[in-house]
Amino acid sequence: MSVDAATAERRQRWRERIEESILPPLVALAIAAVVGDVLIITFGQAPGEVYRQLLEGTWGNAYGFGQVIYKATTLTFTGLAVALGIRAGLFNIGAESQLAAGGFAAAVIGLALPAGTPGLLAAIICIVAAGAGGGVVGSVPGVLRARFGASEVIVTIMLNFIVLALLNYVVAAHLAVAETLHTSEIPAGRLARLADMSPMFAGSAANMTVLLALLTAGIVWWYLFRTRGGYELRAVGLQPDAAEYGGVRVGSVWAKTMMLSGALAGLGGVNYVLGYKHYYEEGFGAGSGFLGIAVALVGRNHPVGVVIAALLFATLSQGGLAVNALVPKQMVDVLTAIVIIAVATAVPEVRRALAASRRRREPGTGNREPVIVSPGPSSQFPVPTSQQ
Amino acid sequence: MIGFLVQTLRIAVPYLFAAAGGIVSERAGIIALTLEGFMLTGAFCAVLGSFYSGSPWVGIIAGVGGGLLAALLHALATIRYRADQVVVGIAMNLLAVGVTRFFLRLAFDSSSNSPRVPGFGGAEVASGGVLATLANPLVWLGILTMAAVGWLLYRTPFGLRVRAAGEKPEAALSVGVPVRRVRWAAVALSGICASLAGVYLALDQHQFTDGMTAGRGFIALAAVIFGKWDPTRVTIACLLFAAAETMQIRLQALQLVPSQFVEMIPYVLTIVALAGVVGRAVPPAALGKATD
Repeated sequence: MSVDAATAERRQRWRERIEESILPPLVALAIAAVVGDVLIITFGQAPGEVYRQLLEGTWGNAYGFGQVIYKATTLTFTGLAVALGIRAGLFNIGAESQLAAGGFAAAVIGLALPAGTPGLLAAIICIVAAGAGGGVVGSVPGVLRARFGASEVIVTIMLNFIVLALLNYVVAAHLAVAETLHTSEIPAGRLARLADMSPMFAGSAANMTVLLALLTAGIVWWYLFRTRGGYELRAVGLQPDAAEYGGVRVGSVWAKTMMLSGALAGLGGVNYVLGYKHYYEEGFGAGSGFLGIAVALVGRNHPVGVVIAALLFATLSQGGLAVNALVPKQMVDVLTAIVIIAVATAVPEVRRALAASRRRREPGTGNREPVIVSPGPSSQFPVPTSQQ
Repeated sequence: MIGFLVQTLRIAVPYLFAAAGGIVSERAGIIALTLEGFMLTGAFCAVLGSFYSGSPWVGIIAGVGGGLLAALLHALATIRYRADQVVVGIAMNLLAVGVTRFFLRLAFDSSSNSPRVPGFGGAEVASGGVLATLANPLVWLGILTMAAVGWLLYRTPFGLRVRAAGEKPEAALSVGVPVRRVRWAAVALSGICASLAGVYLALDQHQFTDGMTAGRGFIALAAVIFGKWDPTRVTIACLLFAAAETMQIRLQALQLVPSQFVEMIPYVLTIVALAGVVGRAVPPAALGKATD
């Protein structure tokens, strides 16, 4: 094969990959926009005006922009957590409680540090605590899956209820400041607000954790695509049996991945506890763990995609508040759900359509990628084992 | 004692309805993560129907209609388009929360609850009235539904097809069972059953409150798994979970056990059952897998 032909072939493959990852979210957003129009008109408002205010209230002013960054920070962590799991063929629905456990651990350790601990040291200790807290919760479904074959889907769902109830009990019974649902403030280890550094974020909760989030996304990318551990992880996600045959210990990869996934979600707690309120409060996650599923899905389980998708969903979430005077902010919850369903539905459809058109274009070589008729190991969610 | 039993029954009714739906769906191979969303939709539509017509019976029909619609959307995405069942399931629950809140604002201009609507039983139900509970037709329908599901699964050709679709869809297809159509029917049925759980809650309390199902759909799912997908055992699991709640409510004043620990019981038992410490819970073989 000549050099030119090889380049052309590579270009072609790139184009297909890009089509495959960009088309479904675009289709989903179009569907969501139509549903949004219908809801807005139902409420007697003009869609154009509502969308204009939604953009202006998020990217159009310093406070809104900062809040988008703040929300996207937490979503990046939970999105990475879900994405890492899916890469290994595991579905982590427990990010909500892992996030809470991470925030709780950071606050408790922060409160326990002796007075006069240097700020940077305290921050690092609290960040490690957050990751450890989430990791402990995450490792439970991982170990149960590896040892007993218990579905991580069900175990993480059940653990959400258990862990949140447990934390509520501990905080309410032992740690809460009287008349509130939160602990007292940590003395050291706070992270600086971006608003104190630049008027670009004036008044918002955005803080240095955003840098930690970007760094973490980079590390996850490097781990997934440049290390042996990441290679094994992806191999297990694509074909557990083949990976096992190739000498990978599938069980231990599952256990390790769920622990790491939990740790990623737990780190999200840093954003609230160290960067914003400086205490742990019941329910601070406010659904960010579940939104992480949407973020991972739309971000196609790639760290770069996750960061972009986190910004998208943070914009929607903050935008809901911005338009609440015109239409109920719950409209964005509906739109978020529609986007998830549409992407989940469109991905296999778009892939089938692309594969079909490829076969028409170049008969004979079109079988490079088989048409996927069931979400087997090579579907976008390598979770053929979402059994219970 | 009678009071205790009746209160347990009252708490168990929504679990029985939703778990019955969960059994049908999961035995057909479709993961029942959506029970919570179907319940919430059913509760809201029931209140709408009852409010605008003045009759709780219309409320029942409206609630079931709403739940059925949600179930058909779920079936369209997961069966027709083979979307991932877990992803769509989670999204359906989000959708139900969003839609009910949006239309709560639209219909009743409130972000927390609807006005009082006609329902079953009166204020005496809240205080544990035995007669009022027994006079509620939905209580009896709940018990009947679970029994009917047991009969349907094990005594009818349709039940055989449902079980085949959930265990060995390829084999079922090869002998001419229309697996996808059977799954559509099973999901529709699960939507009807689960929405009745929400209808019961709403008409029992005579109003809709935001998020009123409060995780009961997941407790029902826990009962389905803990009861190993078998109607008799699942019924026992539902009653067990309800009895634990009743105990907690009755002993609240004594402060023996923090309420959070009682809340955990169903979830902990489910994990224990899945881990197989005593008699492992093994799901239908083709659960979660799409077919042609």
